[in-house]
Amino acid sequence: MRSLRVYAVLYLLFLYAPIVLLPIFAFNDSAVISFPLSGATTQWFTGLADEREMTGALRTSILIALISASFATVLGIFAAMAGTRSDFPAKRPILGLIMLPLVLPEVIVATSLLIVIVQVFGLDPGAWSIIVAHVLICTPFSVAILNSAFQNLDPALEEAALDLGESRRGAFRRVTLPLIVPGIVSSFLIAFTISLDEFIIAFFMSGNTTTLPVYIYGLTRFPGKMPLVMALGTLLVAASIILLIAAEAMRRRGLRRAGLKDTGGFL
Amino acid sequence: MSDEARRGLFLVSPPFLYAILLLAVPVVTIILYSFWTDGYLEVVPDLTLENYTESLTDPLIRQLLVRSVGVAMAVTAATVLLAFPIAYYISFHVRPERKSLWLFLITIPFWTSYLIRVALWKVILGYNGVANSVLDLLGFSQEPVLFFGAVVGQVFEPVTWFNLSIPAIVITLSHAYAPFAILPIFVALEKIDRSLGEASRDLGDGPLMTFWRVTLPLAVPGVVAAVLIVFIPTIGDYVTPAVVGGDKNPMIANFVYISFLKLDNYPQGAALAMLSMLAVTLIALVFLWLNRRWLRVGR
Repeated sequence: MRSLRVYAVLYLLFLYAPIVLLPIFAFNDSAVISFPLSGATTQWFTGLADEREMTGALRTSILIALISASFATVLGIFAAMAGTRSDFPAKRPILGLIMLPLVLPEVIVATSLLIVIVQVFGLDPGAWSIIVAHVLICTPFSVAILNSAFQNLDPALEEAALDLGESRRGAFRRVTLPLIVPGIVSSFLIAFTISLDEFIIAFFMSGNTTTLPVYIYGLTRFPGKMPLVMALGTLLVAASIILLIAAEAMRRRGLRRAGLKDTGGFL
Repeated sequence: MSDEARRGLFLVSPPFLYAILLLAVPVVTIILYSFWTDGYLEVVPDLTLENYTESLTDPLIRQLLVRSVGVAMAVTAATVLLAFPIAYYISFHVRPERKSLWLFLITIPFWTSYLIRVALWKVILGYNGVANSVLDLLGFSQEPVLFFGAVVGQVFEPVTWFNLSIPAIVITLSHAYAPFAILPIFVALEKIDRSLGEASRDLGDGPLMTFWRVTLPLAVPGVVAAVLIVFIPTIGDYVTPAVVGGDKNPMIANFVYISFLKLDNYPQGAALAMLSMLAVTLIALVFLWLNRRWLRVGR
């Protein structure tokens, strides 16, 4: 299947084209982003340091993402444990509701929460409401990742701990938890990345809070600021590739610990 | 109630209560709001279809809805059609130990900032952008080419190929959602029992017929999942129409934002948001129905 292989390579080129262009223009010595290149410079990176608002937005985003990812992962552990370990009444509709944000356009999540916050409770939206919404949309991803972590776990291990006299809580803490740590870490990293990158909710609920994507959106409105966007993008891509490799390494370690063979990628 | 059931309910209650309070309650509220009207100072809580009839009769909003659904469909079609051969290649022609590397390669662009990727496509496809400068360097003049406008007729204004417009929106979104289409199709293809293909060959079908009569029908669930996964977020996308579309081709989410935060007309915005959800539900139902029919015929 020669032609298929050629197509696959072309397709990867299409996928990577923007990301390959990113560092090229981040180091290009011209305010207009086009070929031919005019020379190398690091001025756009040093220019970033002067963007006061950016460091603030970055800090806000990281804080929101840390809190959202923590809550989503904790909720995810509860849901995944319930879903994989026990049968209970109305299991499917309950888990279905928890997974629902996966099939809901984000604009619905954003607007429906906004109505409740502003119109029903008369509160001002801000970082807290962005966190509330991000937990909601990150939880399904955490559940999916942790589901497979729990499924890969032999329930006999926990039963053995119970037989040997551990309490249920002790068995969870000393047997189950250490074995699902890799799942927890990759759930946290993926929820963190989703929250960090989320735009629509953060934009609708921003109030006085500017997250990084909202800030970047503001930059894209001014053609003169485009090189700054390229520099910032280069840094973000580098950071997220490092995070991703860490997440993938954790996942593989988890599989090895559970004594399984690697069968696929994420999700 | 058994011990196990009680423990399960206890465990599931934190995420369940969270979803009830912060998802179910708000969604019911927005549905109610979409049937109320905006008074001068506060919202009038009388049930009425006014927001919907107004949205569907206003030519501007109607154009917006048609554009959103049209763009989402075009993006979905392009993404899924382009993704299928890749998923097929990885599943059937890549050695098992290298499959996760391929999947990893495909998911990397998806984890890099969406805003940055959209900004890059603006830079690539824009008026003074990379695509035009490359064409310039190669010696092509920039003749405006009728591309999308010619096909769809009056709904869209005639647009030029490398300009900031509908095709640029479609390209940007197809790029953004590529992994979402590849992964479910890949999973469906991986589940196919390879001996079925061999059986079909043994019984005299060529590779093409084997693909058409065995592989493709068995991959339908993956394709249906891919269609839904791509269609749902695209119809509610805000960034791409605003950044790449250059404000001239807004979609539903852009107008919902205006209703909510600029016009302060919550009921109108709620009705528009509901219309986008309605479109999603309709498409989902049609595809799930197709899926079941196809599978029944397959048997």
